Amino acid sequence: MLSIKNLHVSIDGKEILKGINLEIKPGEVHAIMGPNGAGKSTLASVLAGRDLYEVTEGEIIFQGKNLLDMAPEDRAKEGIFLGFQYPIEIPGVSTVNFMKTAVNEHRKHKGLDPLTASDFLKLMRDKKALVEIDSKLTNRSVNEGFSGGEKKKNEIFQMAMLEPKLAVLDETDSGLDIDALRIVANGVNKLKTAENSTIVITHYQRLLDYIIPDVVHVLFDGRIVKTAGKELALELEEKGYDWIKEENGK
Amino acid sequence: MANIDTINKDFADLFEQGKELLSNGSSDCMNKTREKAFVQFQELGVPTRVNENYKYTNLIPAFDYPYNVNLRYMEVDVDLNDIFQCDVPELDTNMVLLTNGWYYGNNKVLTELPEGVIVCGVQEAAQKYPDIFNAHYGKYAKPEEDGIVALNTALAKDGLFIYVPKGVVIEKPIQVVNLLRSDRDLMATQRNLFVIEENAQAKIIVCDHTLTHHKYLSNSVTEVNVASSAVFDLYTLQNQHLNSVILNSTFIRQDKHSNVLTNTISLYGGTIRNNHHVLLDGEHCENNTYGMYLMDNKQHVDNFTSIDHSKPNCLSNEHFKGVMDGEATAAFAGRIYVRRDAQKTLAYQSNNNLLLSDDAQINTKPQLIIDADDVKCSHGATVGQMDEDALFYLRARGIDEKEARQMLMFAFAHEIIEKIRVEPLKDRIDALVDTRLRGEISKCNTCALACKN
Repeated sequence: MLSIKNLHVSIDGKEILKGINLEIKPGEVHAIMGPNGAGKSTLASVLAGRDLYEVTEGEIIFQGKNLLDMAPEDRAKEGIFLGFQYPIEIPGVSTVNFMKTAVNEHRKHKGLDPLTASDFLKLMRDKKALVEIDSKLTNRSVNEGFSGGEKKKNEIFQMAMLEPKLAVLDETDSGLDIDALRIVANGVNKLKTAENSTIVITHYQRLLDYIIPDVVHVLFDGRIVKTAGKELALELEEKGYDWIKEENGK
Repeated sequence: MANIDTINKDFADLFEQGKELLSNGSSDCMNKTREKAFVQFQELGVPTRVNENYKYTNLIPAFDYPYNVNLRYMEVDVDLNDIFQCDVPELDTNMVLLTNGWYYGNNKVLTELPEGVIVCGVQEAAQKYPDIFNAHYGKYAKPEEDGIVALNTALAKDGLFIYVPKGVVIEKPIQVVNLLRSDRDLMATQRNLFVIEENAQAKIIVCDHTLTHHKYLSNSVTEVNVASSAVFDLYTLQNQHLNSVILNSTFIRQDKHSNVLTNTISLYGGTIRNNHHVLLDGEHCENNTYGMYLMDNKQHVDNFTSIDHSKPNCLSNEHFKGVMDGEATAAFAGRIYVRRDAQKTLAYQSNNNLLLSDDAQINTKPQLIIDADDVKCSHGATVGQMDEDALFYLRARGIDEKEARQMLMFAFAHEIIEKIRVEPLKDRIDALVDTRLRGEISKCNTCALACKN
């Protein structure tokens, strides 16, 4: 599904990612862990197409297409979804209008007619139930005045609405209390199918108790320095990241 | 280019030579006010940029042009009622037409108005209802402070008069359509007077349009007296062409417990200057002054506002927002006076601007003059570009860049539209702003309220 080869990325001339290689197959859940500043969020942003970053080398192929040639909106329509670490507040844009526009753009891309108002509202209702998000929130402007937990739930709600093939969840667990974490993780698990894949970026292992990864990678200093099964997450939780740093000579 | 003295002298000549035409048909009250205003105009002249209040709007090019001036009513060769039929069924209004500043002679009779309400031309009101007219005409505008107000008062012949008697509620808004329609370049002078008596309520929607491509200068002054406990809304929609100049001065006096909301929406026009003066002249008044401007090309808009808290315990909210593209320029001045006795005043003001191009310009100037010591006042001005993070967020959900920009601009403007207290008008303006922001209204005489023309 996703194939990243020798990806080098810089921002303002400073190299952040220094040759990432990653293969993800349909249905797989990959966790990317690592200390602060390793480049985890950069990788997520580059996948979604943020133009602050410059790709200096390498390629990203998503379902046979060169992702780096595509605008962010085209990547989204091809099936990539980024769950933002810091979801943006957009005063004046209603969540309903935002989602209706997005869903219909996705439908247009697939050659489908726009949803009727009643079908759209039904879809909203179903997906809201799935992520246990309150109507009070979806009736407001996008993320405006939401708590941290509400913003993260709203990300998963949007993911549910758009049904991506590859979801990249960037530190979705940060700042969540345990109840919100369970709801968010439950939402992700319910959306899981044999065809879609997930990249879970996290600093801590706790989220991985709820979203069980098939593969765990450790990103350090712009490179993937370790790849193993889910037991790696536990090891990191127990031992911290210092041994990784030592092994990699820093 | 003519210098300002030539322009002022031309007006002096016009006044002297046109004296008979000017006084003809006008009441004594109007003519007395006229004489006085002319003297004031001779002292002040057309304001230039030396005048601090006109620092950002150069009126010389606007005035330096051989306009035709009609000092008497010109018959209209078509039925404007046929030309103008609003096709927005939800927006059910009492419609009144004015042509080149004059009350249109073939206006339909408004049969649905409550008893006692008067809607007619200023000239007619001065003759038929002198008691009301003389008690209010010229009492609120300040020709001694502004040359264009003096000029308007000196040349004023007609305009719209609305009287709402004590306790009467006009539920359907009155829609005033100001049409500029001429086969020559034209300067129009329009003088309006709205009298809202105690505990009465009225909503007025004013639409400014140009129907031909000629160069227009319209200099209008509107005086409004809102008596105690009355509720009054004034929505002004400015939608003219790039070759037009709108000078629009509004003076509103509010008595105790009155509630006024104005919303001035500048959609299109060459040069627009709005002077907006509010006097809170009784306790416990509420005033909401809103405005929005969407400018591109080389358009210019200048909103000059002053809110005078002369009595205690009043509340004023002022909020103007602008979206500027191309080489458009805008200015905002917000003056708030809190007089010495106006304790417990609450006065809030903000002006936010979105600049979409490198060449668009905005000058914004809040000015608070506070002579009382127990007040709450705030002001703020922002000038910014499109929020790139928000843009990326929308795009990352599959919304293309153009549409995402549109959504953000619209959201920015919507905050002002939201304040409109006439639901169908709100929806209509939402749609209109949406198309305006998409760059689809460029035709000068597209009717702002989608009337057929």
